[in-house]
Amino acid sequence: MAPELLSPQKLEEFRKRVTRLEHPRELVIDVLRAIQEEYGWVPDEGVVLTASLLGLSPLQVEEIATFYDKIFRQPVGRRVIHVCDSICCWSRGSEGIVRHLQDRLGIALGETTADGAFTLLPTCCLGACGQAPAMMIGFTLYGHLDAQKIDAILAAERTGGTP
Amino acid sequence: MKKHTLLLFKNRRPGECVFLEEYRRQGGYTALAKALKQMDPAAVRDAVKASGLRGRGGAGFPTGVKWSFFPSEQPGQKYLVCNGDEMEPGTYKDRQLLEADPHQLVEGMILAAYAMQIPTGFIFIRYAYRQAMHNLERAIAEAAQAGLLGQNILGSGFSFDLHVHGSAGRYILGEETALLNGLEGKRANPRSKPPFPAVRGLFDKPTTVNNVETLANIPHIIQGGADWFAGLAYTEKGAGTKLYGLSGHLERTECHELPIGITLGDLITEYGGGVWKGRAFKACLPGGASTPFLTAEHLAVPLDYEALEQVGSRLGTGGVTVFDDHTCMVAATLNLNRFFARESCGWCTPCRDGLPMVSWLLEKIEKGQGNMDDLDMLRGQVRNINGRSFCALATGAMGPVESLLRLFEEELVDHIRRGRCPLAN
Ligand SMILES: Cc1cc2nc3c(=O)[nH]c(=O)nc-3n(C[C@H](O)[C@H](O)[C@H](O)COP(=O)(O)O)c2cc1C
Ligand code: SF4
Ligand code: FES
Repeated sequence: MAPELLSPQKLEEFRKRVTRLEHPRELVIDVLRAIQEEYGWVPDEGVVLTASLLGLSPLQVEEIATFYDKIFRQPVGRRVIHVCDSICCWSRGSEGIVRHLQDRLGIALGETTADGAFTLLPTCCLGACGQAPAMMIGFTLYGHLDAQKIDAILAAERTGGTP
Repeated sequence: MKKHTLLLFKNRRPGECVFLEEYRRQGGYTALAKALKQMDPAAVRDAVKASGLRGRGGAGFPTGVKWSFFPSEQPGQKYLVCNGDEMEPGTYKDRQLLEADPHQLVEGMILAAYAMQIPTGFIFIRYAYRQAMHNLERAIAEAAQAGLLGQNILGSGFSFDLHVHGSAGRYILGEETALLNGLEGKRANPRSKPPFPAVRGLFDKPTTVNNVETLANIPHIIQGGADWFAGLAYTEKGAGTKLYGLSGHLERTECHELPIGITLGDLITEYGGGVWKGRAFKACLPGGASTPFLTAEHLAVPLDYEALEQVGSRLGTGGVTVFDDHTCMVAATLNLNRFFARESCGWCTPCRDGLPMVSWLLEKIEKGQGNMDDLDMLRGQVRNINGRSFCALATGAMGPVESLLRLFEEELVDHIRRGRCPLAN
């Protein structure tokens, strides 16, 4: 079954919230995030749906959707890997970590593996500077990374478990 | 070393989070009861002002002074916004606080709202902080259930509603006016100031924006009193404690609550376990990615707002990132600058075009392809960007670059003379 943009319950919940708000527009990130969590990314239809829910034009939604780097306007893999390249992670070897991830996955930054399992993206600081080098897969944070640990994490994430 | 008091991390236990029952057992919400029963709003504002608390979000503006500009007596809608964006590299203190003890922020916000007579609050929280967001949602529900939030709090007649807003990631959303646009569901470019948020903020209503750590301090000030709070610091002008997040080339990289004014050297040796691998200290960022570097000659400097300004840097967020003597400072600055260039919102030219230019120059020098003219170009960029950007992002970005030129000129020249990075292996 094709995934829905939003489940009927979610859609109903947003419709209700909109009527209670003086400025429905404040929900735009919530709606986009909800679509992304259900559908994996935000397709054009998601932008149109968000716009119609909140009484905005699709362009008004689009200029917000494209502003944030954690909203995806293109298809991504089942798991998105955000690997931190900011200063604390850099100081503890993030460049090597990024190389290792690219080697293991056989893709460059910004790409998705052929089996659709992973998309690899660089990210700014994850607020895990004390556990550097760090990455986030979905919403799960992994710190103190080294090559061995990454291999175990990838193997577990591929099968849907946690290492 | 003097013994110190823990406020914000008093209840912190590894891997655990304190919720209502335990928070109350440890004395939580007594400050709220005290304020609502014994103090009028002006008395709460006065206490915060007298405490000397300065904003923990990076700029260090005195909190009581900020609150005194707020039109508290004006009737109608007003907003209190907690800034939990925390995307300055090296900064992870707010996360530590929210994952350990979220009710402190909730109580602090109710007190702040009472002090400024604000009926509605928002906690703006970054994308990556899912656990912190869940903790807050639970804490808010518990507080509402217990009559500590919502209508007629503790029978005082004061009402306050609190909401959590999840963001989707961009450093600029930490800038308070960009954050307000983000909260409104608009593109998060900063707004021009004045008017300041206290006059025209969220949905055009008077708004106070404060950092997570700032607000979490309020219950302790009300509970212990302004003088007691001020006296917690090691320095005369400092006040209270600070969450210092350690990172970089240290043996131990953890977040500690310590008195304002602990020296950089003590922080590194006593709490960071010293520079890793037995190496020597070369430099550090004392308060996040936008603060100018310090070097070994600054190890005795107390980490407070005044002392750091005197040596040309800033306390910022208190996130201390240490670099050992194997670090190329040109490469480190390049990494920092790339972060700011990527996170530029693109609104103004000095930032949108200037930061990539700075990255280009630093990269050229780091690769050994620079010449002496590039140093002048770099200085020119710093002059032209500093203070001329629409918001403080680009000016902040110049902090490390300016200090690289000031403190590590020899290293820059060495790159150019040798035609390669002297520290690359
Ligand atoms: C680019 C930029 C990013 C910022 N990021 C944050 C942040 O993540 N958290 C924060 O509290 N303040 C941040 N600030 C500072 C806020 O604009 C504001 O000064 C602060 O939230 C006020 O709270 P305080 O007075 O309690 O420190 C940032 C400022 C700039 C210019
Ligand atoms: S300084 Fe940078 S982030 Fe700030 S308004 Fe200008 S372009 Fe945007
Ligand atoms: S710098 Fe990588 S998590 Fe902060």
